[in-house]
Amino acid sequence: MDTDVIIRVEHMTAAYEDVVLLDDISFEVQRGEIFVILGGSGCGKSTLMKHMIGLYQPAAGSVWIHGRDITTAEGSERQKILSGLGVMYQGGALFGSFTLLENVRLPLEEFTELPRDALDGIAAMKLKLVGLGAALHQVPAEISGGMQKRAAIARAMALDPPVLFLDEPSAGLDPITSAELDRLILRLARYLGITFVIVSHELSSIDAIADRVIMLDPRVKGIVATGKPAALRASSENPWVRQFFNRQPPPDVV
Amino acid sequence: MVRMPDGALELVIEGRLASVTLTPVWRDVFDALARAPVPRVVVQAGKLTHCDGAGIYFFMELRRRQQAQGRAVDIRDFPPDFQHLLDLAEQVDSERSAEAPSSSGFLEETGCAAVRTVEDVWTQIAFVGELVVALVQAVRHPRHTRWRDAWLIVEKAGVNALPIVVMIGGLMGLILAFQSAIPLRRFGADIFVANLVSLSLLRELGPLMTAIILAGRSGAAFAAEIGTMKVDEELNALTTMGLDPVRFLVVTRVMAAILVMPLLTLFADLFGLIGAAIVTCSLGYPLITFKNQVLASVHAGDLLSGLLKSMVFGLLIGSVGCLRGLQTRSGASAVGDAATRAVVSGIILIVIADGLFAVMFYFIRL
Ligand SMILES: Nc1ncnc2c1ncn2[C@@H]1O[C@H](COP(=O)(O)OP(=O)(O)OP(=O)(O)O)[C@@H](O)[C@H]1O
Ligand SMILES: [Mg+2]
Repeated sequence: MDTDVIIRVEHMTAAYEDVVLLDDISFEVQRGEIFVILGGSGCGKSTLMKHMIGLYQPAAGSVWIHGRDITTAEGSERQKILSGLGVMYQGGALFGSFTLLENVRLPLEEFTELPRDALDGIAAMKLKLVGLGAALHQVPAEISGGMQKRAAIARAMALDPPVLFLDEPSAGLDPITSAELDRLILRLARYLGITFVIVSHELSSIDAIADRVIMLDPRVKGIVATGKPAALRASSENPWVRQFFNRQPPPDVV
Repeated sequence: MVRMPDGALELVIEGRLASVTLTPVWRDVFDALARAPVPRVVVQAGKLTHCDGAGIYFFMELRRRQQAQGRAVDIRDFPPDFQHLLDLAEQVDSERSAEAPSSSGFLEETGCAAVRTVEDVWTQIAFVGELVVALVQAVRHPRHTRWRDAWLIVEKAGVNALPIVVMIGGLMGLILAFQSAIPLRRFGADIFVANLVSLSLLRELGPLMTAIILAGRSGAAFAAEIGTMKVDEELNALTTMGLDPVRFLVVTRVMAAILVMPLLTLFADLFGLIGAAIVTCSLGYPLITFKNQVLASVHAGDLLSGLLKSMVFGLLIGSVGCLRGLQTRSGASAVGDAATRAVVSGIILIVIADGLFAVMFYFIRL
C-alpha cells in the first residue's frame, strides 16, 4: 500500500443514534500535507474529526491511521496509534485546575522521562510559540477565549506528534494572531513534516495554508468537493461550493 | 556520544531527537557538563534526521547554560530546516515571560484564613437576609414565582429521597429499640423502650437524621447545579437578562427544601416507630400495648416541635447549598469544592440550630 497515506477513511458512515450525518464517505490524507475540512456550521465537521481520532465508533466503514484500523484496534495497539496524534478540540478542553504550563507539561511528563527543568522549559517554549509567554502561570478561567484556544494548540503540540488535528484553531482570534498561527502551522508542516488535519471556516487562512480541502454538505450527507482551494473557488461545478468560497449569500427569494 | 579530544567537548548527535528519545542525551550531556565544565562544546549535528520541539529546546538550553558561564557552543552542520525552528524558538524566547507566583508564608496563610472565615460568616448572614426578603416577595407576589421549577425540585429532593429516609428511619427505630431493650430488661422495664424511642425519634433523631440525609443529597445537588451554571456563565446570562439569580434559582430551591423536610421527617418518624414496634412485639408485648405506651408518653407538642425544627433545617440546608453554589469559583474542581462545602456547612448549621432549639424549648417548657 501507499506509504505516503497517513490517514485513510473508507466508506465511513457517521451517525448519532439514528440520525446519519455523513453517509459512506471516503478520503485520504497524505503525509506532511495540510488538510482542511470545510462545511457549514453543524454539518458534522467536528463529528468527522472525532471519528478520525477513534473517539467515536463509525456506524459503518473504517478509519486507517498509519496502516492500522483504529476502529478495531484495542488496548496497547490503540494507545500506540493515539499517542501519535495531537488533538485540539473545538472547546479547548484545557484542564481547568491546572495552569497553562501544567496543561502543556502533562503529556510531556507522562510520556517522557525528562528532568523537571527540561519539562518546564519545553512547555514554556511551546506556549511562547503561540504567544502566551506572559500567561504561563494562569489557569484557563483567567484568560480570554482566544488565549485558551492558543493554549489548547500548544498542548496538542506538546509532544510534536506526527499528526495534528485542530478543530477551528483560528476561531475567535484577531487577524494578526491568526496569521501568526498560520505561519507556525506552515513552519511545523514544512520543517518537521507534521501532517495537519484542520477544521476551519477562515477563508483567508485556508487560502494561505491549505494543501487540499474537502467540503462537507449536509444535504448530500457527504463530500461535495475535494481539491485545492484556489481551484474550487474558480471552477467548481457545484454552485454552493462557489458561493461558499466567494462569501455569497444564497440567492434572494422575493 | 560524548568524546573529548582537547579541552573542548565534542558531541555527535545523529538520528531522531524527539521528546521521547531526548532523555538519555539530556542526562548525559548536562551531567557531564555539570561534573567537568568545558570552555567549548562542539556539536556535530550533520546526521540529525529529525529534531522536534523538545530537541530544539535542548540546543537552546545548551547554548544558554554555556553562555551563562561565559563559555561557547558551536553547532556544526545543523540541517537548515531545524535551524529555522531554532531561530523561531530563540526569537520567541527573548520575549517577556511570566514569573512563577511566589507562595506565601505560614503566618500570612493563617491570617488570610482567619479573615476569610469571618468574611464567610458575614456573607452567610447577609445572604440569609437577602433570601428572607426574596421569600417574602415570593409569597406576596405568587405569580412571579416559578412554581413549576419548585415542584420539580420537590420531586427530586423529596419523593426521590423517600426510600432512603424510610430505610434509615426504620433501621434507626429498630436499632435504638433493640439496644435500649437489653439494659432496660434487667430492670424489668423493657416496655419503656416505647417511651424512649418515640420521644427521642419525634423530638431529635427524626428531624436530625432527615436533615443530614437532605444535606448530603440535595444540599450538595443544589451547590453543584448552581455551581455548574456559574462556571458555564449561565448565571451571568441570567443577570444580564435582568433576572435575579436569587429569585430565579435560590427561592425555588429553598422553598422546596422547607416544604419537603417536614414531610420526610414524618415518614422517618413513622417508620422509626414501626421499627421499634417490631422489636417490642418480638419481646413478647402485643402491638396494642406499644401503641398505648407511645400515646401516653408523647404529645402533639413533641411532634410539632420536631416538625418546626425540620422546617428550619430545610431553610438552612437549602440556603447554604445555594450560597455555596453561587460562590463557586471557576474550573471543574470548583464545583466539587462547592458541593463539599455545602454539605459540611449544612451539617454544621444543622447541629448549631439543633442546640439552639434545645435551649429554647427548655425555657419555654415545650
Ligand atoms: N453528542 C451528540 N449527540 C447527538 N447529536 C449531536 C451530538 N453532537 C453533535 N450532534 C449533532 O451533529 C451535527 C453536527 O455536529 P458537529 O459538532 O459535528 O458540527 P460542526 O460541523 O463541527 O459545526 P460547527 O462548525 O458549528 O462546529 C449537529 O447537527 C449536532 O446537532
Ligand atoms: Mg465543530
